Amino acid sequence: MANEVVDHGRRRFLTATTAVVGGLGIVSAAVPFIKSWEPSARAKAAGAPVTQSLKKIEPGQQLIVGWRSLPVFIVNRTPAQLATLPQQDPRLVDPKSDGSSAAQQPKYAQNETRSIKPEWLVMVGICTHLGCVPNFVGEMKPEPFDPNWQGGYYCPCHHSRYDMAGRVYQGVPAPKNMEIPPYNFIDDSTIQIGVDPKGAA
Amino acid sequence: MANVFTNIGDWVTERAPNMMPMYRKHMTEYYAPKNFNLWYYFGSLAIVVLVNQIVTGIFLTMNYNPSAAGAFDSVQYIMRDVEWGWLIRYMHSTGASLFFVVVFLHMFRGIMYGSYKKPRELVWLLGMLIFLVLMAEAFMGYVLPWGNMSFWGAKVIVSLFGTIPVIGGTLVEWIMGDFLPADATLNRFFALHVIALPLVLLLLVVLHIAALHEVGSNNPDGVEIKKGPKGNRWDALKPADGIPFHPYYTVKDLFGVGFFLLIAAFIIFFAPTFGGWFLEHDNSIMANNLVTPAEIKPVWYFTPFYAIVRMVPSFLGTAVWGVLAMFGAIAVLFLMPWFDRGQVKSIRYRGTGYKVALGVFVIAFLGLGAVGAGITAEVIPEWFGNVDLTTWENAFGRLMTLLYFGFFAFLWAYTHFGWEKTKPVPDRVTMHD
Repeated sequence: MANEVVDHGRRRFLTATTAVVGGLGIVSAAVPFIKSWEPSARAKAAGAPVTQSLKKIEPGQQLIVGWRSLPVFIVNRTPAQLATLPQQDPRLVDPKSDGSSAAQQPKYAQNETRSIKPEWLVMVGICTHLGCVPNFVGEMKPEPFDPNWQGGYYCPCHHSRYDMAGRVYQGVPAPKNMEIPPYNFIDDSTIQIGVDPKGAA
Repeated sequence: MANVFTNIGDWVTERAPNMMPMYRKHMTEYYAPKNFNLWYYFGSLAIVVLVNQIVTGIFLTMNYNPSAAGAFDSVQYIMRDVEWGWLIRYMHSTGASLFFVVVFLHMFRGIMYGSYKKPRELVWLLGMLIFLVLMAEAFMGYVLPWGNMSFWGAKVIVSLFGTIPVIGGTLVEWIMGDFLPADATLNRFFALHVIALPLVLLLLVVLHIAALHEVGSNNPDGVEIKKGPKGNRWDALKPADGIPFHPYYTVKDLFGVGFFLLIAAFIIFFAPTFGGWFLEHDNSIMANNLVTPAEIKPVWYFTPFYAIVRMVPSFLGTAVWGVLAMFGAIAVLFLMPWFDRGQVKSIRYRGTGYKVALGVFVIAFLGLGAVGAGITAEVIPEWFGNVDLTTWENAFGRLMTLLYFGFFAFLWAYTHFGWEKTKPVPDRVTMHD
């Protein structure tokens, strides 16, 4: 036996097939370990809708509520703040929210004010750059980061700037307008975050 | 007594004949060039810090509680209630910063004396892998105290992966195990920080040194002592300009360690936070997912890379470019041996263009660090009055980013097209007999 001619082709074939089958086994065995890093059932379950009364939010004020552990900004915008919105269009990346930011809001909030009711801004307060919470700088006065500041949001992490509708300015690291979550008005002074209005898809 | 040791030695050698020769190969019969200078302390110092991190780290795990609810309190417990806990933690946190100090200097030494060049490319690549693992290790360790900077640092760094088109969002959730940094994130970072990455790090350090000892050490003259004359006091066949690593360089390194420990002890005892540079003030507040600290900046050793992310604007509806540039800044370092086509290793005999370029590279690295650390945001209004800070800072930071990458482009062109006028390299190290 030992002196017989070695069939190299057969040996290569066996080595290769063994390696392939063994490799498949290793890949399959890796799946549970990789999947174990996904959000657990408990983490996923912590995402119920949130109801919030708007009665105590004065014009020009912002309230932050937690929804799915994300900060949601609720702002009662003044007429003056609303009036600045159209003027900002030339300086914005996507003023109509129909380009790169088309998926950043439900259809019913895809308008100039990015809201259901013009004065009420409801927005996930997460910078679209790397996920920080931008600061609310609502006053229209010169700021160190912009002498022509018209009110909006300023991210402390990488200095991205947004207007009073969460629309991102040009020339900053953030690529998109901030996200508008699904929400609806239960009555004139109560909103529910996490649920679309009746009839809207 | 001596007899007992000899007997034990013989007993081992009989069963493992290659153990003693291995010690000789790497210590008493590893011939290193005799002209090492101050820059050659930092490799051994890195090992000293690594040992410090492992020992103090093990003791920290004994009282640390890796959970979102308990982590912050357990760190305060270590600082206040555990006997000498404050010292062990400050040794660990100061060690982390000093690790980067010695590693940056060690890398700069390699660049300056051409230690990455043939035949030491593998040593350089393994070293760069160590640097990469070290950055991951430092980042995860920074998250563990679960202060507010820990939380937001984790959020920002993990979100870097979210800028990758299509799979980004899913990838971020997969890394965090939740929709934001949470208990699951903290637990897995703890596991990676205390066991997975240290194992990889130790393996890489062993390979780094093994690869070095295969080719032999470079030196400040950048000449190969193996190609020089043979025969020294210990061995007729070994390089004339080599001396045994042990005891000659072990003694030299021990002196360096003594000096280094003096500095480290001073920091640990008198300035453990180093004015907010080694331990950030905002991390004394517990993690809060609804409030971003007023000013987020990473620990000093990440500031140059962080500045590059900030300086690159979004383009085509994605922020991935800044992230690519940041990883690119590390990737080009990996490729050093292939950018530099020059045959002369040491800066002592290289052309003026190289010396200027290296100086500019250092300035760019420090300049980016200043942007990332928020120094420019402070001094620009101070020096230039009421100017548009964003425009000025971006102009400066983008120039520094260009100079950083420009160094590598210049180095390639300079050496590839033969523009470099080098000086003659001596046949032997300049310090021989």
